[in-house]
Amino acid sequence: MEPMASELVDWSRAQFALTALYHFLFVPLTLGLSFIVAIMETIYVKTGDEKWKKITRFWMTLFAINFAIGVATGLIMEFEFGTNWSNYSWFVGDIFGAPLAVEGILAFFMESTFFAVMFFGWNKVSKGFHLLSTWLVAVGSNLSAFWILVANGWMQYPVGMVFNPDTVRNEMASFWDVALSPVAVAKFLHTIGSGYVIGALFVIGVSAWLILKGRDVIEAKRSMVVGASFGLLVSIFLAVSGDESAYQVAQHQPVKLAAMEGLYKGEERAGIVAWGVLNPDKQIGDDRPEFLGDVTIPYALSFLGYHDVDAFVPGLDDLVYGNPDHNVESAASKMIKGKIAVEALSDYKEAKKAGDEAAMAAANAKLQQYMGYFGYGYLEKPTDIVPPIAITFYSFHVMVGLGMWFIVLFLVVLYLLMANDITRFRKVLWVALFSLPLGYVAAEAGWIVAEVGRQPWAIQDLLPVGIAATQIEAGNVQLSFWLFALLFTGLLIAEIKIMLRQIAQGIHGGH
Amino acid sequence: MFENLTLHELQIYWWSIISLLGGLFVFIMFVQGGQTLLNQLSGNETEKTMLVNSLGRKWELGFTTLVLFGGALFAAFPLFYATSFGGAYWVWLAILFTFIIQAVSYEYRTKAGNVFGARTYETFLAINGYLGTFLLGAAISTFFSGAEFRLDDNNFVYWMSSTRGLEALAVWQNYLLPFAMIFLVRIIGGMYFLNNIDHEPIRDRARAMIKRNILYFLPFFLAFVGWVLFKDGFAYDPVSKAVTLVPMKHLGTFIELPWIGAMFLLGVVMILVAVFNSVFKAKNCCIFTVGIGTVLTVMALLLNVGLNGTSYYPSVYDLQHSLTIENSSGSHYTLAAMSYASLMVPFVLAYIAYVWHAMDRVKITEEEITSSGEHHY
Repeated sequence: MEPMASELVDWSRAQFALTALYHFLFVPLTLGLSFIVAIMETIYVKTGDEKWKKITRFWMTLFAINFAIGVATGLIMEFEFGTNWSNYSWFVGDIFGAPLAVEGILAFFMESTFFAVMFFGWNKVSKGFHLLSTWLVAVGSNLSAFWILVANGWMQYPVGMVFNPDTVRNEMASFWDVALSPVAVAKFLHTIGSGYVIGALFVIGVSAWLILKGRDVIEAKRSMVVGASFGLLVSIFLAVSGDESAYQVAQHQPVKLAAMEGLYKGEERAGIVAWGVLNPDKQIGDDRPEFLGDVTIPYALSFLGYHDVDAFVPGLDDLVYGNPDHNVESAASKMIKGKIAVEALSDYKEAKKAGDEAAMAAANAKLQQYMGYFGYGYLEKPTDIVPPIAITFYSFHVMVGLGMWFIVLFLVVLYLLMANDITRFRKVLWVALFSLPLGYVAAEAGWIVAEVGRQPWAIQDLLPVGIAATQIEAGNVQLSFWLFALLFTGLLIAEIKIMLRQIAQGIHGGH
Repeated sequence: MFENLTLHELQIYWWSIISLLGGLFVFIMFVQGGQTLLNQLSGNETEKTMLVNSLGRKWELGFTTLVLFGGALFAAFPLFYATSFGGAYWVWLAILFTFIIQAVSYEYRTKAGNVFGARTYETFLAINGYLGTFLLGAAISTFFSGAEFRLDDNNFVYWMSSTRGLEALAVWQNYLLPFAMIFLVRIIGGMYFLNNIDHEPIRDRARAMIKRNILYFLPFFLAFVGWVLFKDGFAYDPVSKAVTLVPMKHLGTFIELPWIGAMFLLGVVMILVAVFNSVFKAKNCCIFTVGIGTVLTVMALLLNVGLNGTSYYPSVYDLQHSLTIENSSGSHYTLAAMSYASLMVPFVLAYIAYVWHAMDRVKITEEEITSSGEHHY
């Protein structure tokens, strides 16, 4: 295993990032709107009020426009592990492939089969069966999110496997350890939470626009009640699940946590930076200040990361150079252990060729002892363990700040809907409308924190991206990157224009 | 239950599931076949919209089967997933591109503000129908003709051709299956329309189309079968695992494992019977006969190439690097765990069949497509 050319690895990463970011423009709305539509249809079935049917079908049409492009951009995600990360696919395919296959069996068919009923079955199946189908589409979408996030969670925190030196790959030892890993569960809850919030923002934003234009005001207000109630609940849920997610990061990816907070020198009773501008000249290990300016909430990071206000939170300096006082091992020490693991694997193969079973057993014992550091064996220098700090830091803070804003927004909108006449508060309606895209900004920022913050690892501690990619001339990936960029951008423009035209037709317009 | 099976038994079980999925996928590619017929079978825009809407209620099933096919290969035979997808990069990406443009086309075709116009989306559907089917056929054909790769001692893949999979198109035999598949999926597409659309002008054109396409299908299909049966196959020794060329290996497998041979023959006969009934007896129900026939035929071919000591993804660069179900599979634990998930497959097939039945009880008519109360593509 030799690290590949950085140009190839960077293009491979860029292509994955591009396709994932595009895909995640559409997935969250599917996750959230599917439930909102199901709630609306339930009200229709319960009340028999035709207005609710109109409302349901309006949002369902927007759902379908979004769903189509979500499916289109999702296809590539599954195959890209093979096309662009083929070494990875072998090295961990025995574990990683299973959730994807289960996703296909349990979730995708449910989603796609009942999607057809949801859209074409109004006059073909009973009301009850139609409602069930709508709920099953929502359940299917969310189940699918669960399995793919199990896979992603495993990349952040690999568990439930053993390394087999004969096949040179990790093999699953416990399906349930993989499926119910605390990182996977936290990631799932937080990600679907973000989808629900986007669904709610979408509904209140579009409804606000309809009210501002004086179109279908009664239906728009009803939609807004559903959107804002759902939104308030799920935005609080999002904050709680975000807290759990950050706790998991602190436990299993301390370097990512330090980058998220711009924390260089570890400290006890560490605070959270509520607002800050990073010092661009700051280097790991030097004495320059971390921030040009910042506002910090004392104790909060220790509490968030370790549920203990006195806890020591290691900074990047500690994680790179070690801090014996707090039992933080240096990256250099881990690299030495990683190289022992890599050499042990090589010794094992030599011994196997020679038919020397005693030597094989000895090499394997050493390999298993140091396997947790295997990926470090391929790093060139200790600072390689640090992800891009500025991108991770700012993305994290944008995400958290917007998450807080959404709670306030839903609260205000719901209050005005219930206790007052929201149509008189035009500024609030405009704010609701302009907050719609912010949901997407927050969700994409969240993924940037998760994935850029994971660098340099494809699999945390086990496999750096430089080993994981497909061995191919970089020009091929460069070309496919631009093809994807062109195609997805074209489709996105079409999607947005169709969506806007459909919204402009209003709730009583065509479907 | 599954954990008591040997690794090799699990490998056979999973290759059988992959073969079944492959068969189901080719059947559901009637959607692709139908997409190549939009102009040919329609006399006006309303009829074309009827065809699009008929297919539009099924396209997602094909898409989902493709995704499951990929996921199942990743989980059950990860070395194939890594080798073929990473190696034959451009073939697979081209296939994926044709499916990406398919996915939006149904929903966006007639929507106001769709930027590119209805014709563009119809062209996307045609590209997916012709090129997607062709390239998938070519990719499957390399199971029989081989590919140019080697694996290092970490099982990492090195593709030996800079054209990254497109070199398969330089082998003339690799054109036989793609063309056979194009004509087959058009035939199945025609039978789907016969069953799903209650509109005589479309049915008349569909019958005429099926009659012509079976004549195009047969020479390519028979040539492909002849090539496969009489060519040297890539066999491996059950003990030493060494791969060698064995004359008429695939014919031998059909004879040595007669149930696979019988499955193949039964499948082909069912396809022919369905064509006969559709064209000469004017029946509209043959989608199910041709469907089962297609599943059996494709499944038998895939079982043939994977079982009985055969390499299903041979390396023509170095025979000893060829992939077999034994050297490319997941671990015993993973295959057993996944096998439990596979028990859901009959349940999934059952609810798909139920929904299909419930939705298709009422056939598509001109009135439905021209009414404004329905969701239309």
